[in-house]
This record gives sequence, structure tokens and C-alpha cells, in this order.
Amino acid sequence: MASTTPKIAFLRGFRDGSPFFLVLAPFAGLFGVVATEAGLNVFETLVFSIAVIAGTAQFAALQLMSENAPTAIVIASALAVNLRMAMYSASLAPHFAGAPLWQKALAAYATVDQSAALSLILYDQEPEMSRASKMAYFFGVISVAMPTWYCFTLIGALGGKAVPESWALDFALPITFLAMIGPMLRTPAHMAAAFVSVVGALAFGGIPFNMGLLIAAILAMLTGAQVELWLSKKVQADG
Amino acid sequence: MDKFTVWTVILSLAFGSFGLRFLFIGLIGDRTLPDWVMRHLRYTAVAILPGLVIPLVLWPAGTGGEPEPARMAAACVTFAVGYWRKSVLLAVIAGAITLYGGLYLLN
Repeated sequence: MASTTPKIAFLRGFRDGSPFFLVLAPFAGLFGVVATEAGLNVFETLVFSIAVIAGTAQFAALQLMSENAPTAIVIASALAVNLRMAMYSASLAPHFAGAPLWQKALAAYATVDQSAALSLILYDQEPEMSRASKMAYFFGVISVAMPTWYCFTLIGALGGKAVPESWALDFALPITFLAMIGPMLRTPAHMAAAFVSVVGALAFGGIPFNMGLLIAAILAMLTGAQVELWLSKKVQADG
Repeated sequence: MDKFTVWTVILSLAFGSFGLRFLFIGLIGDRTLPDWVMRHLRYTAVAILPGLVIPLVLWPAGTGGEPEPARMAAACVTFAVGYWRKSVLLAVIAGAITLYGGLYLLN
């Protein structure tokens, strides 16, 4: 619809993004609980969520910190998890070109899996949308997710100390990661990357300072990209 | 955990993550990345998370590193439901039920 105004686009983004509340509220709450269990105070936990606003990387950093991994390795691993943000940034950039810098900075801060995925799908379907409407839709999507992430981190952090040990919260993180991995395995290339990651992490587990994980991740990334290339060549050849 | 480490990690991740997000939207503009770069970036999350999680499942911290059937079963169910239903939330719920069911039955 070429007639879409930014206001309508924002409301549409709000509507499309609302269901994320159901996913993000428990995850943010869990982050609050696990972070305080790991020894962070409520203020540090909340700042973590506000400043980094990337659940997977936050959980990964927390896990490595509680394993007493060296600080540089913690940061490198968590940023590696977040490298996909650069991919979203590259995909969104043409749609936001020409917007004021403050809007671009705000949009960059709010670039997360949910906002990038929904927005890129819509921009693809409706290329005639104006830049203002595209931007408004993006902020509509994030308008539910962001406050949810902050508020439930805080609730989890405040309630965390009340959680008894019998709840086996040590296993909350592994379950969170495993739950995220399943839906990621969309293609044979993703499966190959995950497989190499597992085998590599076990094979290089003995390397000090958790370096084995980074080596495994690099090999897995190369594998995923290579398998994708092979498969696309095969499709062309077959077709 | 000492305060210096905590704040170093939080601030580095804050600036680093913003940098990755701002890189193209704010700095490089609408110049597109070469295909081979995008192709590698697509696999970053799936390349690191399985490797991060596998030792936690095989040698869980909660049991002092001893493999433990309830946690192992919960891990398998979580992964299977996530893969099957493509839903993170359903996978977490299924995994939690399996973990608590298993711990209850085994204790």
C-alpha cells in the first residue's frame, strides 16, 4: 500500500511485534535470575540488558564468566554470537538510507533478531513503502520487545534470590541454548555448521582459556558457508 | 565475580554490539556486503551455540561435572521439540517439564 502513513506503519509493527512478549518475557526473567545467581547485583544485571540488548550473547557471556574464562575470551565469544547483527545491519541499511543520524543510531541500537526479521520480510513484500513508514514499522515492532526485555530482566533479578536450589537452575542456560539451536537448523548448511561446532568443541576442549570453542566456531562457520555454496551450485547444475 | 571483570564485559559488549549494529546502518550506508561475507555471517550463531552447550549437557555444573540422566533427557527433549516445532518457547517448556519430571522420578 503506497498510501501507508508512518503512523499506520507504526501501529502495524506494534501489532506484528506484540506476540514477542510471550517469548521475551520468560527469557528476560531467566536472564535476571541466572545473572544474580552468578553473582551480579540487580543494577549490573539491568544495565547488562539495557546496554547490550542481545539475549543470546548475554547468556553466552554469563556462562563463560561463571566458568572463569579469561575476560578477553568472554568478550570475543559473546561478540562472535552477535556477529549476525552486522548482517542485519547490512540488510537494513539500504532501507534506512537518508534518515537523520539520530534515527539511524536508535534503529541500530534496536536491531535485534525480531525487529530485523519482521521488518526485512515486510520491506521485501512491499518495496514501495516510504522510508519514513519503513522506519516507523521497525520502531513499532521493537516498541513491545524492548520494554519487555528491560522490565522482565529487572523482575527476574529482584526475584532471583528467592529461587531454591532444587529448581536445578544450573540447567536453565543449557535448555535455553538448546531451545534456540533447534529452530536455527533450517538448512543442511546450518546442520553441518552445528555438527562441526559440537565435534570441534569436544575435540578442542582441552585447549586452555576456552580457545577451543572459538576455533570450533570458526571451523563451523566456514563449513556452513561452504556447504551453502556447494548446494547452490548443485541446484544450478541440476537445473 | 569481581566488579572490574563484570563491568569490563558489560561495557565491551555494549560498545561492541552497538558497533556491529551501527556499522552498516550508520557508517557504510547502502553499499552492500560481498556475498561471501554475508554467507559466513549467516552461520555465526549456529556455529558457536552448539559448541558452547555440548559440554554443559555432558558434564553439567549442577552435579559437579557428573553426567546425569534427568538433565541429559531434558537436553534431548528440548532440542528435539525446538527442531520439530520451530518454537523456542515450546522447546523450553518441554525441556523444563522433562527436567523436573526426571529429577522427581530419580530422587
